[in-house]
Amino acid sequence: MNYIFYFLIVISIIFGAINGRLNDVVNAILSGAELSVKVAFSLIGIMAFWLGMMKIAEKCGLVELIAKIIKPVTKRLFNEIPEESSAIGDIAMNFSANALGLSNAATPMGLKAMEELQNHNKDKSSASNAMCMLLAMNTAGFQLVPATVIAVLIGIGYKNPTEIIAPTLLVTSIAFISAIVLAKVFERFWAKQTVTTEVCTLTPPLSQREREQFSASETSGRNAGEGAKTKGGEE
Amino acid sequence: MFHNIMNIISLWALPCIILLILTMGLVKKVPIYETFTDGAKDGFKVAVNIIPYLVAIMVAISMFRASGIIDSIGSLCAPLLSRLNVPVDTIPVMIVRSLSGSAALGVFSDIANNFGPDSYATKLAAVMVGSSETTFYVLAVYFGAVGISKVRYALLVGLLADFIGIVAAVSVCNFVFAG
Repeated sequence: MNYIFYFLIVISIIFGAINGRLNDVVNAILSGAELSVKVAFSLIGIMAFWLGMMKIAEKCGLVELIAKIIKPVTKRLFNEIPEESSAIGDIAMNFSANALGLSNAATPMGLKAMEELQNHNKDKSSASNAMCMLLAMNTAGFQLVPATVIAVLIGIGYKNPTEIIAPTLLVTSIAFISAIVLAKVFERFWAKQTVTTEVCTLTPPLSQREREQFSASETSGRNAGEGAKTKGGEE
Repeated sequence: MFHNIMNIISLWALPCIILLILTMGLVKKVPIYETFTDGAKDGFKVAVNIIPYLVAIMVAISMFRASGIIDSIGSLCAPLLSRLNVPVDTIPVMIVRSLSGSAALGVFSDIANNFGPDSYATKLAAVMVGSSETTFYVLAVYFGAVGISKVRYALLVGLLADFIGIVAAVSVCNFVFAG
């Protein structure tokens, strides 16, 4: 990730300079930062709503019920996670919401699943195999009906927009299955998570964990920023 | 007919899920109001946790897009792809769809408006946009929410699956629409 972050920014500055669009690139910093805060804040309301709903679903045993139904599948995909964990039910609900095109509901459900997976994770700053699998399932974007695309097609007067559905479903299934297979393959060959021996062996309170995480992201951000700047100077 | 059924499903899916959760909660004697507010408390925290990760990714990506490099890659790939019966104008869709969802939809709308409903480019772009999710955004949000900064192979898997999706879209559309 460090290299990709560096690569994206350095390449942008170099190409921006070559194309004479350095001004646009610099302005993009501001607009990108502004947009990301807007996106995060627009998530608050819907996130709160679905996290509340999910809590009810969990308390009344609905999540557990769904987890039981899909157990045969998830046992293979998420073999590190104990079967009784509510993460499995959350993952199932995340997948169903994605498939139905309810992305507003799918994200909070997926994040709740991530949080459960984090509880089972040995190294809190690096992604476990199960987390990579959940991410693979979500980045592939399996969806039964591409509603937004169909809306655009109807907008331009496309006579039979539903003829798009079957090919899209086929393509998205291929991508989805290959994402899962790839995640399983990489799980076997990628370097295992390094379990860092933590100084504090007592269960760390949440606030401390957050502080660590914030300072970690801050320093890495600063370093990359400096790197980009010096590279830009050479240009 | 099929379209109507799809509309009904997408209209009723959300209300049905909400009704199911609330009814089952009440039946099982869960204090649904208290439980709801208790769970909803985390909404703010999660959204704020995401911000540093989202800023890193979205700033990098908007710089990348502003630099004009996507057009350069497009013109570099054009000769090869046009031999594979891929319209040159759909190349930006392929590149941008892993980076930004709104941008991909924007490029797709442009293609749809410029080429019209009957063109192959519109259909191919529709399938490519409809079958994908924005890998970088999902990565930032999902891992950001729990403070994961070492992503291991997750990004690689996402991008490889995106690439396979593009290849699949091109071949499926060639088979179904180009005929």
